[in-house]
Amino acid sequence: MRHLMSPLDFTKEELDALFDLAADIEKNPQLYAHKCEGKKLATCFYEPSTRTRLSFESAMLGLGGSVLGFSDAASSSASKGESVSDTIRVISCFADICAMRHPKEGAPMVAASKSSIPVINAGDGGHQHPTQTLTDLLTIRSLKGRLDDFTIGLCGDLKFGRTVHSLINALVRYDNIRFVLISPEELRVPDYITDMLKEKGIAYEECISLEDSIARLDLLYMTRVQRERFFNEEDYVRLKDFYILDKKKMELAKDDMIVLHPLPRVNEISVEVDDDPRAAYFKQVQYGVYVRMALILTLLELA
Amino acid sequence: MLNVGKIEEGFVLDHIDAGQSLTIYHLLQLDKLDCTVAIIKNARSNKKGKKDILKVECDINTLNLDVLALIDRNITVNVIKDGEIVAKKELTLPKEIKNVITCHNPRCITSIEQELPHIFVLSDEQKEIYRCKYCEEKYSKRRLFSKQ
Repeated sequence: MRHLMSPLDFTKEELDALFDLAADIEKNPQLYAHKCEGKKLATCFYEPSTRTRLSFESAMLGLGGSVLGFSDAASSSASKGESVSDTIRVISCFADICAMRHPKEGAPMVAASKSSIPVINAGDGGHQHPTQTLTDLLTIRSLKGRLDDFTIGLCGDLKFGRTVHSLINALVRYDNIRFVLISPEELRVPDYITDMLKEKGIAYEECISLEDSIARLDLLYMTRVQRERFFNEEDYVRLKDFYILDKKKMELAKDDMIVLHPLPRVNEISVEVDDDPRAAYFKQVQYGVYVRMALILTLLELA
Repeated sequence: MLNVGKIEEGFVLDHIDAGQSLTIYHLLQLDKLDCTVAIIKNARSNKKGKKDILKVECDINTLNLDVLALIDRNITVNVIKDGEIVAKKELTLPKEIKNVITCHNPRCITSIEQELPHIFVLSDEQKEIYRCKYCEEKYSKRRLFSKQ
């Protein structure tokens, strides 16, 4: 039995197989509509995340399975003081697979160690969010046709943004990726990421201006400055609108550059960009469902 | 000069940096062992000027000394049997350490679930960096002991 805790749990070859399956689901959804009949997915969300939870539920329903779960800690027995280990032992009796979101880092790993069903980490604090990374990779592969040889700009909160850290860690396994890390001074990527890039000899640059760097990007990954990651409201207010991608900046970009965003967005992408054919962040949501379908099938060994 | 007698079986930890012996005493959890322990502080040393020495009289199979490498790999570990030095133990960083240090990341699951063991995994042997098994919070050797 396998779990998914980090995007690096799968080898490149395993990821290829997962993405091939997701691409096939996209093409022939009816072939997969009954694959999980009789199977149940438990969504154990100790903090609210409507998007991720619904994406998992949509994926399971699209496979003919059913879903149960809770969507915040207050409505679970965690509010009575039950440990994650006990909760998962109970959930294991109710469902065939579990997607867990928890504000504390490492909680899904604790669950996996006591679980008799596969556990998917659906986000643990500021640590990992592997299905977002799988979504990002599938989107890039589907829209660009490859996962190597491009320049990717990552823009916004690169310090607390776990999606950014996971994506960088996943992309360094592919050839010829160049990173442009665009952030205010206070929200630069942590040292361990730049140390790792240096160690592996991967081309990267850190800069502050999005206007100056956008022209050479093949991909632009925008992120939101997240209020919940700040201990200090003042810092959040000062940094939240540092970058706003608008039509004017998009004019500087390549014709085939694509814009990604893990969503939800606040102000960092102006709504006027939504109609630009290069804006791919809503397609990305759809790919998120396909990749979760492929993942559920793979972990349930039904692929 | 203070005289501390020979031990029959156990360990003599020599060339400990002066002042570190009590840290080692606690890290090895010697307070929990029912055995004779001699802590010698600020002994004269030709090599270091001053040093600490720990003598522990115990069954040599009962004490796990891996954690010593976290403090200083240059500590000399003499293994004593029948009153004689039978071996000098090479100190290597343990791959995993359990319940020796605690994770201080307020977002880590160990901060709310008290019964979980605190486990750190060696992630970079050269830089002597450990990461919490759960949240991957980085702990360098220097930080490990500043928070004890």
